[in-house]
Amino acid sequence: MSGYWAGILSILAINVIFAYGIFLPVATGQLNLGGAGFQALGAYTAAYLSAMFDLPVPVTVGVGMVVAGVVGFLIAFPILRTRGVYLVLATFAFAEVVAGTILNSETLGGAMGMSVPAFIDWDVPVIVAACVTLFVFYLMSTRFGLTMRATHDDEVVTDLMGVNIRMVQVSAFAIGGALAGLAGGLYAHSFSFVEIQSFNALVSIYVLLYVLLGGTQTAWGPLAGAAFFTLLPELLRTVLPQVKSFLAALVGIEGPVGPPDDSWRFVILGALTIAMMVLRPEGLITRTMLERLRFRRPSPSKEQVA
Amino acid sequence: MLLIQQFVNSLMLGSVYVTVAVAFTLTIGVLNFLNFTIPTLFMLAGMIGWALAYWGLPFGLSGPLPWPLALFFGMCVSILASLLVERFTFRYLKTKYGDSTEHAIPLVSSLGFLLVLENLVRIGYGTDAQRFPGPSADLTMSIGGIFVRIPQVVSLGIVVVIVVGLTWLLNRSRIGRGLRAIAENPDAANILGVDTNRVVPVVFMLTGLLCGLAGALFAVNYGEVSPQMGEDIGTKAIAGMVVGGLGSIWGAVLGGLIVGLTEMMTIHFFGADTVQVAVWGLLLLTLLLRPQGLLGHHSIGKGKL
Repeated sequence: MSGYWAGILSILAINVIFAYGIFLPVATGQLNLGGAGFQALGAYTAAYLSAMFDLPVPVTVGVGMVVAGVVGFLIAFPILRTRGVYLVLATFAFAEVVAGTILNSETLGGAMGMSVPAFIDWDVPVIVAACVTLFVFYLMSTRFGLTMRATHDDEVVTDLMGVNIRMVQVSAFAIGGALAGLAGGLYAHSFSFVEIQSFNALVSIYVLLYVLLGGTQTAWGPLAGAAFFTLLPELLRTVLPQVKSFLAALVGIEGPVGPPDDSWRFVILGALTIAMMVLRPEGLITRTMLERLRFRRPSPSKEQVA
Repeated sequence: MLLIQQFVNSLMLGSVYVTVAVAFTLTIGVLNFLNFTIPTLFMLAGMIGWALAYWGLPFGLSGPLPWPLALFFGMCVSILASLLVERFTFRYLKTKYGDSTEHAIPLVSSLGFLLVLENLVRIGYGTDAQRFPGPSADLTMSIGGIFVRIPQVVSLGIVVVIVVGLTWLLNRSRIGRGLRAIAENPDAANILGVDTNRVVPVVFMLTGLLCGLAGALFAVNYGEVSPQMGEDIGTKAIAGMVVGGLGSIWGAVLGGLIVGLTEMMTIHFFGADTVQVAVWGLLLLTLLLRPQGLLGHHSIGKGKL
């Protein structure tokens, strides 16, 4: 396998894990716009343990995951007191505080970043991503998954039905934080280098958009969203240069234009987001869609059951 | 003396934050909508202004424009972009889907607009910071040893006028009554004859105007524009808005000034690297200890402004 595809597969696997980390809180109705903060925690823990103590990769990544999960658990209590817009702002602020703290930390390399000695090939993130995917599918099929879904749909009724919604929300937030930390740890080892600039606010935005565009009703959504937007630039590699020269001519820029950069895929991501929110705000993959795809009679409707 | 100079500087920096924070708080107060395109609108005014002053109108219609005219067009673009955002985000916030993340629909599309507009500017004009050909930076005057730059004084004056004008508009005019009615209860306002689809665009026009103005003032005062200029200002304006209290205009004014002061004092005492931690720590503390902010009310979107 060429290095090019190995890189794409690694980043795809990492993005899928990261997306599941954000999916869990979103599936309970909590928008988490601080994903980059958890990812940075996992990545820097793994990088530090690997560089300073030369620990094996499973240990560093595992500890990074635990650190992100514990931090997620601890901040979930105060943060989940807030709701709606406040919750979005609080998670956003959390990520900025993490980034700012790491930037000012001498031991973590500050703005210079850290190199990570232990390297993992593409197969490790892919296997871990497969396990995480199975885990989230399993989680959504358990009673806990059902209470998550109920909390998302109507908090008050779920509370009245005797579900401890606070426990559900905090657990989902903490498990999500741990998964984002896991993605961070794998990132650190796959790319052998971490710098805080690669965990900025835009990363949190992208991953939240992957999840929301894929759909938050089922565990297929984040998988589809992350896979689509990671592979999109590869699919567009041939089309984009032509579009770019055309647009450049349109706004009056003469002469040769450079090859298109990352910006294009974000323009497309943004445009698709706007279109999706207008046409299908519940995301690409919904429960109804999956039921139709099963090629069998839909499950009995509510009237028939009653 | 140096401390007083820093204080004056923080007032100038704070006035940019105040303008953007007022734009944020207006959309939140009236529509309960956190508009993430605001930093981009701010950046658009500056970058379009720079492009017009550097290259002139597209399609070779004119040579480089004088900077005030360029900035004026930049502000117009920012207002138009804001109306475009209204057309594709807020108009679709109808409570069609009864779930608890539905308030997120316009928020998420505004994130989409943030990506589209910012990356289009990046593609069109490159990612580098550009020098804005504004008035000379030497226009300073000295009051008792404190140096004050005249463009900054002028912009401070403009900000004060705008905020007072906005308060008047909201409290005294017919449109302001409609806006406050929508903030109180959109359905009741609709029944009582407030045309939501005519009044809501006013909020977005004001948002575009405030952001465009802030972007223009920033370009003139700091003499530099870049596609990233909105991120820093926008996030600090959000911090200011939360500290002051969501949905309160005077809260946004106070919060913007506090953030400007915090930033300058942190730089003065601890160095430039700790600014982020100080500002965001302040925001996180406010959210955890007093979520309604200094001047805010307990619940947002319940008719205060």
